[in-house]
This record gives sequence, C-alpha cells and structure tokens, in this order.
Amino acid sequence: MPSYIAKRLLLLIPLLLGITLISFVVIHLAPGEPTDMQTQLNPQASSELQDRLRAEYGLDKPLYVQYGTWLSRLLQLDFGESFAADRRPVLDKVLERLPVTILLNLLSLILILGVSIPLGILSAIRRNSGFDRVTTVLVFTGFAMPSFWLALLLMDWFGVRLGMLPVSGLKSLGYEYLSWGGQILDRISHLILPVFVSAIGGLAGFSRYMRSNMLEVIRQDYILTARAKGLSERTVIYKHALRNALLPVITILGLSVPGLIGGSVIFETIFAIPGMGKLFYDGVMMRDYPLIMGILVMGAVLTLFGNLLADICYALADPRIRHSQQSGGSN
Amino acid sequence: MQNIFYRNTLLIFLVIMFLGGCENRNESSHPGVREVLIPEYGDTFIESSIGDASTLLPVLASDSASSEVNGLIYNGLVRYDKNLRIEGELAESWDVSDDNLTITFHLRKGVTWHDGTPFTSADVKFNYQLYIDPKTPTAYAESFKQVTGIETPDPYTFIVHYDKPYAPALMSWAMSIHPRHLLEGKEITKSPLARKPIGTGPYRFSEWVGGEKIVLESNSDYFEGQPYIKRVVYRIIPDISTQFLELQTGSLDYMGLSPLQFDRQTDTPAFRRLYNKYRYLNFGYTYLGYNLRHPIFQDKRVRQALAYAINKQELVDGVLLGYGKVATGPYKPDTWVYNSDVPKYGYNPEKARQLLAEAGWQDRDDDGILDKEGRKFSFTIVTNQGNDLRSKTGEIIQRRFKEIGVEVKLRIIEWATFLKEFINPGNFDATILGWTGGPEPDQYNIWHSSKTGPRELNFIGFKNAEVDSLLEKGRRVFDQQQRKVFYDRFQEILAEEQPYTFLYIGEALPAVSKRFRGVKPAPAGIRYNFNRWFVPKAEQKYAR
Repeated sequence: MPSYIAKRLLLLIPLLLGITLISFVVIHLAPGEPTDMQTQLNPQASSELQDRLRAEYGLDKPLYVQYGTWLSRLLQLDFGESFAADRRPVLDKVLERLPVTILLNLLSLILILGVSIPLGILSAIRRNSGFDRVTTVLVFTGFAMPSFWLALLLMDWFGVRLGMLPVSGLKSLGYEYLSWGGQILDRISHLILPVFVSAIGGLAGFSRYMRSNMLEVIRQDYILTARAKGLSERTVIYKHALRNALLPVITILGLSVPGLIGGSVIFETIFAIPGMGKLFYDGVMMRDYPLIMGILVMGAVLTLFGNLLADICYALADPRIRHSQQSGGSN
Repeated sequence: MQNIFYRNTLLIFLVIMFLGGCENRNESSHPGVREVLIPEYGDTFIESSIGDASTLLPVLASDSASSEVNGLIYNGLVRYDKNLRIEGELAESWDVSDDNLTITFHLRKGVTWHDGTPFTSADVKFNYQLYIDPKTPTAYAESFKQVTGIETPDPYTFIVHYDKPYAPALMSWAMSIHPRHLLEGKEITKSPLARKPIGTGPYRFSEWVGGEKIVLESNSDYFEGQPYIKRVVYRIIPDISTQFLELQTGSLDYMGLSPLQFDRQTDTPAFRRLYNKYRYLNFGYTYLGYNLRHPIFQDKRVRQALAYAINKQELVDGVLLGYGKVATGPYKPDTWVYNSDVPKYGYNPEKARQLLAEAGWQDRDDDGILDKEGRKFSFTIVTNQGNDLRSKTGEIIQRRFKEIGVEVKLRIIEWATFLKEFINPGNFDATILGWTGGPEPDQYNIWHSSKTGPRELNFIGFKNAEVDSLLEKGRRVFDQQQRKVFYDRFQEILAEEQPYTFLYIGEALPAVSKRFRGVKPAPAGIRYNFNRWFVPKAEQKYAR
C-alpha cells in the first residue's frame, strides 16, 4: 500500500505540470489582454500607457518566458499578484473568498447526502411504488429547474412578500451589534435560501445514483444468502445491502473535494455572496491571468488529491480491491 | 448572465460621474404639506453596486464602482456645481492669465487629511508628479501632459503653466488629490492606501469587506461642514434583480432603476410609500457607427439613407420605454454646446430608398435585397454582450433595414473579444456602442483624424479636415461663446456626414428612500448635494 501511494503521488507531478501548461496556453489564447480591459475605449488613456502596462505585467515577453516566470514563482508557492487595479496577491484574494465558499458547499453537500441517501434507499426498496414515482418526479423537477429562477422566486416569496428571510448577502447590517445568539440566528437565516437552492439541483443525481446502487446490491447472491439464512428484512437491507451500496459514495465524496472550493457564478451573483465562482468569473472577464491560473492550480491539486484519497479510502473500505492490489494485480 | 460585469454596461470608464439634468420630476415626500425641517445628523445611507471597487486610489482606478466611492473620500481642486459650472473645491478661487496659459489656484486654508495632517500646495505638486510619472499606471495622465511647468510659491498657492491654451485644463484639476505625506517615495501600486484610503473628502474610510461591502463614516472635520448622514454603505450586489428585490424590502436606500422597473414594476402603493423616483437625462448616447473603411459605407448618401431608415423615436419608445430622447449629435439637448439647428433624419423609408438608388443600390435580381455591381447590400452589426438595450436596438434596426432592402446580421460578442478581434483591428462593418461624457465638449480623441490608429477611439476611421481644425480650435479657446461657434459647426458636419447614426440618450432613473430630505434635482442630477441630505431624527432607521 505505501509504495502504491508513493507511486501515485509521483505520477501527480507530471500530470499537474501538464495541466498548468495547457491552462496557461489556453487562457492566453483567449482574445484580449488585461491591459485592454483597463485602458480600452477610455478617452484619457494613451497607447503608451497600454505598452507600459504590458511591460509591467510582463505581457510583452514570449509566452514560454511568461510561463517559466510564473512556474518558478509557483514552485516557491507564490501565486503572484492579481492584474486587477488593486494588485493584491492572488493568495489573499482566494483566501478571502474561501471560507464562505467552503461553508456553503459543505452545508449543501451535507444536505444533499442527508436527503438523497434515504430517498434513494427507500425508492429502491419500494421500487415502482407511488413513493418512488413521486420522488422521481420531484427530484427531477428540482434538477431541471434553473437555479437562478428558483432563487429569485424564493427570494421574492420569503424575502419580499413574507419578510421572513433576508433576500441576499451573508450578514445583516449591524451584525456586529447583535448578541451572540442573534449573530448565529442572523447567519443561519442568510444561509437557508442559498444552501437550499444549491442543494436542490444535486438531489436528483445523488438519489438516483443511490437508488440504482441499492437495486444492484439487492440482486447480489450474498443478499439472497442473507435472506436464506432467515435474517429479518431490516437486517438484510440496512446491514448487508446498505453498506455495500454506500461504497461508491466514497468515490463521489472524493470527487466532491475540488467542488468544495469551486462556486457557481450564477448562484453567487444572485445571492450577492462573495465566493470563488464570482472571483473566477470576474478574473476571466478581466483576463486576470495570475488569478485564473492560481485558482485553476488549486482546483487541479484538489481534484488530483481527491481522486487519490477516494482510491485509497475505497481500497481501505472494500476488501476486494485491497486484496487484488496486494496480490500484485493492476490498479 | 447579463449585467454581471459592470464594465459592460458603461462603454467608457467614467473619469468623474456627471449626472445631467432636465425634466426632473420631484415628488415631495409629503405632498401638500410644506415641511420645515432643521437638518439633523445621523442615520445610514445604503446603496448597492453591481461590482466591487478595484482600488481606492483614484489615480489607479478606472471602474465606476471605485470612482463612486472615491468621490466621497477625496476632493479635487475644482468641481462642477449643480448647474454644471466650475466651482472651487480644495481651491478657494483661481485666476486665469490673459493669455490663457497660466492658472493660479488659491487653495483653501485649514483643510486637513483624514489623519489630521494639513493639506498644502505640496500635496498638489506631488499629485501632478504622481499622475505624469511613467511608473504610475494611470489612465488619467493625458491632460496633465499638456502642463509645461508648475510652481508652489507658498503653501496655499499653486501655479500651473501651459504652452498652448487648453480649454479642458481647468476642469482637469478636478482629479482627486492624494496625500503626499503617505505616498511620496513609495511605489504607488504597492501602497496600502488602495485598501485603506486617506483623503480630504466628506467621508472617511471605515471598512471594506471584499465582494461584500464598503463602509464610510462622515468626516467631522470636513471643510464644508460635517455631512448630515453619518454612514454610507455600498453593498456589492452583482445581480440587478436581487438589487431590486432588496430595494423592495427597504434594505436599500438608493438604486438606479431600469426603464422597465421605473415604468411597470415600481408603480405600487407600497413602493411609493418608501421611495421617491427621479428622472433626468444622462450624459452619454448610443449610436450606430459605420466603419468608414468599408466600401459600402464610403458614400455619404448611403449613411444618410440608413439614418432615414431608422425610426429613432421607435427605439426610444421600445427600448427605453420612452425614458430618453432622440439623439441628433454627440451632445445632449440641455447643454450650452448643443446645436439644435442641424440636419435631422426623421423616419422616412421612401427617402432612404431614393438616396440608396442615387448611390446605385437597387434590387436588380428581385430577392428583396439591394445590390450594386453584383454585390449585395448586406453587412453585420456587432455589439457587446451584457447590454440588453444595445442588442434590442440592434434587432429593431435589423428589421427596419430589411424593409428598405438592406440585409443585416447581428453579432453579440463578449467584451474582451469584442475589443480585441473587432474594434481594435477595425474588423467590423458597423457597431452599436455608446459614449459617456460630461459637460466638457472637447471630443478630440473620438473624432480627430490623428486618432484613427489601432487601439484609438476614432476606430470608425472618420477623417475630415474641417472637423480636425474645429476640434483643434475648440480646445484652445476658453470663452464659451467663441467655443460654441466651433462646436456648432462641428455638429453640423457630423449630422451631414453621418459617420455615426446618433440614436438616443437615456435617462437616469434613480429611486431614493423617502427618509432622505434635501434632495434637490438640478442640471447636475441629484447627488451633487449629497452632503446636505439628512433624515429627521424621528425617521432615522439605523441608530448606530
């Protein structure tokens, strides 16, 4: 096992390099430069200013030189400074947005898992029942509904008409003056709508996935054996079937790791939440290369590690895989 | 996804936001009752911005969100008053020499920076150096490059010399003045002041939560007296619909409405109880610009025909829902420089067809599209993504052109790509765009033949010797009457030549919470006297 992990880790290095190289080239292929955004169609800005800015950003150098400079700084864990007028370090900008993004994604992931796992199991057990059909329709409606539209409807209903929940943002004005309990309540009330809206789209995939896993497992011989032993249906389902059906969830959780720092532009825009999605989107629109690359690298690292983590956990949880690796089988 | 990126909504970055005035419809807070209220201090003014500010150092900022916040933190030497006349701000008064080559500013005494340091002429001198320093990546160096020398004989006198008279000179000193004692000898792009500014303005910086809000507190030592409103909060809400929902819950005190919101969605008793609505004409117009290097558009008659084929009133009614005016040139109707006596192109498809026929365009193969020498009259209009008004305008024009046998394709392109691939290389047939300006009529950069190079503003390639000389003369005289002669003729030529078909001028449609008193619409809009707005104690909403 340790040698397997070491091998996988070593393989990550060329993979990561390849990802950065391709991203770097693709981003620079997009028409327009950060300097255009800052000076174009501005009657006050001269051509010399644009040239000066290009020189300052190093955009006048050949692409491979720019990539080399960027990479050598990255190796020292320096993501560089944003090309935006504030010139703040990319890391600062990302760290500022990270906590709220992770909080929201984590909450919505918990909500998705908490709702869709039981939903999937129940649908599988009562396959083709009325319950199964109704949940199918509901989760797919949630999946198909444009999230911005749903968000606006809920904001209008709960925020404007009923006045029960705040429309947007993360904290009320005057949050600092609230009592300790009041602050928590204020936070929660701001999170309800965003978490609900971001979770609703994910329910369909996950509960369907859980349902088919469960159906697959129930058909297995060992379930037949368990039943033949005369175990109660409860024990069969919750002890023998569920544990096996949950195995693939590990993979999905592993794949969700990069998703924790990614955000959705549309959703963050609507709820006025300063998250990673909006940061990245604005970065792309401004052609803020260091910021874009910084976020892409972090995303890539997390994706690769998430995959690795999922594989390791899977091996730990599933004896079949563990044994096949130990006996020298391919991975 | 529209309107996420604030720069798409403004075509050019505003140097200073000027709001123009006319047709103000001020509904009093309590109609019929004459209020006599003594201004009181306190309360918070909350407004929203679709984008976060980029930097609170005005010399580096080129986006409207930053400019708006900076406008309350910093001062310039001069500013426009409510009637759009130049008045002193940090300068108490000024003298212009008889040859128009020297301006002497007499600075206000007793002004202090937010950290208590006195403001003097050394600050002004430092700012001049800052703006022209090649190491400063600023978009505002141009007007200061006309300066040939400066003097600071004493702490309250600042003298500036030019070698040629330059009419926009005086107003160029409206640019924000930064604190010398905190910036001198330091690299401007690395200054912490970008996130924590120190100015001389009516509001001090208090807090900036990235992507969320910027909070300012009133400056009790402000040289014109402490503003009545204690706090100003800019909430960053990138979505217009969300802003509007927040407005309806009363959590915002100010919002610029869209024509649709103004007309159809705010006419409810609940809304009227909370807000006053105002309307006045913006500085800035939308146009259809023809690439004059394109063979089709080289004939003046063709451009005139296209102008006749567009029903501009229909655009105002359909796109702006009537909240705007038909444009006839680059200036708005209620300014001194506007020339009402220029050729106008009312909707007249017959005349359009006739002019096109004169220019040799006829439908010879009966396919509904005009042709000439085997070539069809077909072209593409490009405009940028994210501006709904422009794409709607394009669609209406497309239909009107079709009626006279001109085939138009419409392409809507993301902003960066639009500039890089289409506008910069002159790789377009025609484009729908807009310009935002101010009371200063100098349009040298947009129309002079020397500005047709790549990345310059005369990207349609307009070259007219008479216009060149008029623009050169216009910026060299100070007298308004004399200037008007030049700019009147300039407008006549533009109307005759139709390098652009000037389409419309939109209106600003702000809603302001009724708590705020002292709002007095003027030609400069409503925000010019923001420091004098107040909320009566009994109505104050935010105690702290």
